[in-house]
Amino acid sequence: MPENIIQVKDLKKDYVNEEVVTKVLYGLNFEIGAGEFLAIMGPSGSGKSTLMHILGFLDTPTSGQYIFKGRDVSNFDDDKLAKIRNEEVGFVFQTFNLLPKTTVYENVKLPLLYSNLGDHDNKVKEAIKSVGLLHRINNLSNQLSGGERQRVAIARALVTSPSVIFADEPTGNLDTKSGQAVMGILEELNNTGHTIILVTHEQYTAQHAIRIIKIIDGHIVSDEKVINRKSSLNGDNFLK
Amino acid sequence: MTILDGLKLSFSVLRTNKIRSFLTSLGIIIGIAAVIIIMSVGAGAQSLIINQLNSVGTNLVGVLPGASDEEGPPASVFGIVVTTLKYEDAVAIKKQVDNVVAVSSYNSGVGTINYQNNSVDINFSGVMSDYLGVEDTEVYLGRFFTEEEDRGSAREVVLGYQVYQDLFGSDNPLGKRVKIKKESFEVIGVMKERGTAGFQNQDDLVLMPVSTAQKIMLGLDYVNYIRVKINNTENIDRATEDIKFLLRDRHDIRIDGTDDFSVRNTKDAIDTLLTVTNALKFFLAAIAGISLIVGGVGVMNIMLAAVSERVREVGLRKAVGARRFHIMIQFVLETMAITLIGGIIGVVLGFLVAAIVAATANYLGYKWDFVISFTSIILGTGVAAVIGLVFGLYPAQKAAKLDPIEALRYE
Repeated sequence: MPENIIQVKDLKKDYVNEEVVTKVLYGLNFEIGAGEFLAIMGPSGSGKSTLMHILGFLDTPTSGQYIFKGRDVSNFDDDKLAKIRNEEVGFVFQTFNLLPKTTVYENVKLPLLYSNLGDHDNKVKEAIKSVGLLHRINNLSNQLSGGERQRVAIARALVTSPSVIFADEPTGNLDTKSGQAVMGILEELNNTGHTIILVTHEQYTAQHAIRIIKIIDGHIVSDEKVINRKSSLNGDNFLK
Repeated sequence: MTILDGLKLSFSVLRTNKIRSFLTSLGIIIGIAAVIIIMSVGAGAQSLIINQLNSVGTNLVGVLPGASDEEGPPASVFGIVVTTLKYEDAVAIKKQVDNVVAVSSYNSGVGTINYQNNSVDINFSGVMSDYLGVEDTEVYLGRFFTEEEDRGSAREVVLGYQVYQDLFGSDNPLGKRVKIKKESFEVIGVMKERGTAGFQNQDDLVLMPVSTAQKIMLGLDYVNYIRVKINNTENIDRATEDIKFLLRDRHDIRIDGTDDFSVRNTKDAIDTLLTVTNALKFFLAAIAGISLIVGGVGVMNIMLAAVSERVREVGLRKAVGARRFHIMIQFVLETMAITLIGGIIGVVLGFLVAAIVAATANYLGYKWDFVISFTSIILGTGVAAVIGLVFGLYPAQKAAKLDPIEALRYE
């Protein structure tokens, strides 16, 4: 096991709504090593999205510890969370979330606006190149196909060279072929050393990962290595 | 994120919503234009009034019958006829007050002047031989009366230029006899053309010696007012005091007594008028300013709508690392861009309208200055920017407070 990047200890999350407490996560414990490709699986309402939000610094746990690269980030305030999101993580969402009527270039550049990293132009072009969309760089986001949009979103997640990339149902809104392409890119990124955390409810999407944590009703029910790993890269996938 | 990034972003948003941005800023455009127009037209109107006063002469001191404090109106305004101011007072001022160049008393009346079959309605004035010096004018034909004729009730008149034109056309008027109110006079001179000064057309006046006007035409022994020409503007205040002192002495007014006359100079009159017209100008500008607040509320309303339209965008920006501060800056800059552009358009529009008003007034023959101060331009755009800041803060704060998870889920 490589060096741990994420450590979660007795992580709990409750939502309080008009004095009704809804327990979502019940004391989770796990570790994620640098360079892992982890899939978090579970049905709707299992708490997998909540877990991803906490791991991605969009939310904080009610109790327990979240240690990221040796720092306890459980009690970070809004601005500290924003900073760490900007520097350490990239997101790929199911619905792409690109800025409408904005070019590919500007969309990919977005995280750099809020960072102290210099040399925007090269970073943006490199990220776009790595998802194979250099020829679309000046197109507006609404002129792209779904698969292309998701690739732009991946480029946007990559542009700050983050430690972890979170992908929340990245193939959910795509046809099978585009979905394959997107998963292929994620695998490639993992092969080049990126840590990837994938959230999905689809078994065959999760099969691309190296390790799968299954959550049901806020509990981890299994945490194991993928034995029969699918790949969109070497042609060894379920379509063939 | 630098301010430059923020500005670029704001302008790209405004460009994508051109019509909405324009309509939003319309309230600001109208408000700023209204303020600029009112300030400029107000200043132009002031210049018109002051030019009129200056055309009477800036070195003039007026003596009016009846007491009044410095700021209040003279007694004659209330229809009270005060008869204490005499021809002899004018003579005494000329003789005894330092720095006095010329003095004339005035008695006015109206009547019809006849020459052969021609008749014209006129104003006539009984004045003194110093009249030319006091009014800073000269005769066009013939001569003016002498000091002896002042007292001698000479039946002589000097015609205003317009009266001369109307009665005689191209004939020589000198030595001809005219009739006013059945009294017969000899024309000894014609004044040069003067136009309007002090809100009175000087060319339809007929001038006669003061004693003639008092005894023959009006049957009274007091004067309406006295005008005194001082040699230098700097000596006006001193001369004013000297005249007061002299007249108190002549009218036997004790130290604690109330004056039965008042002394005014053009400078005081201009100051008083400026105070009044400034108050009016700023009052109107304040009313126009209210429209700016209304415009600001309109801008805020649109920005609130824009925020709820762009909840997902805000969520995304926060997810990729934008802090509250970044979102605040973005929306405040956007609001300020709208109001600032509106302000600039408003200034230009106000400038144009004020220029057209001034040009029209000048074309119609009024001495109207086109006044637009640099301050009002800076103030106009500054106020617009401040409105953007004030009315942009609340929507921006609302956007900045959005929870990224909720915002990303927002449909």
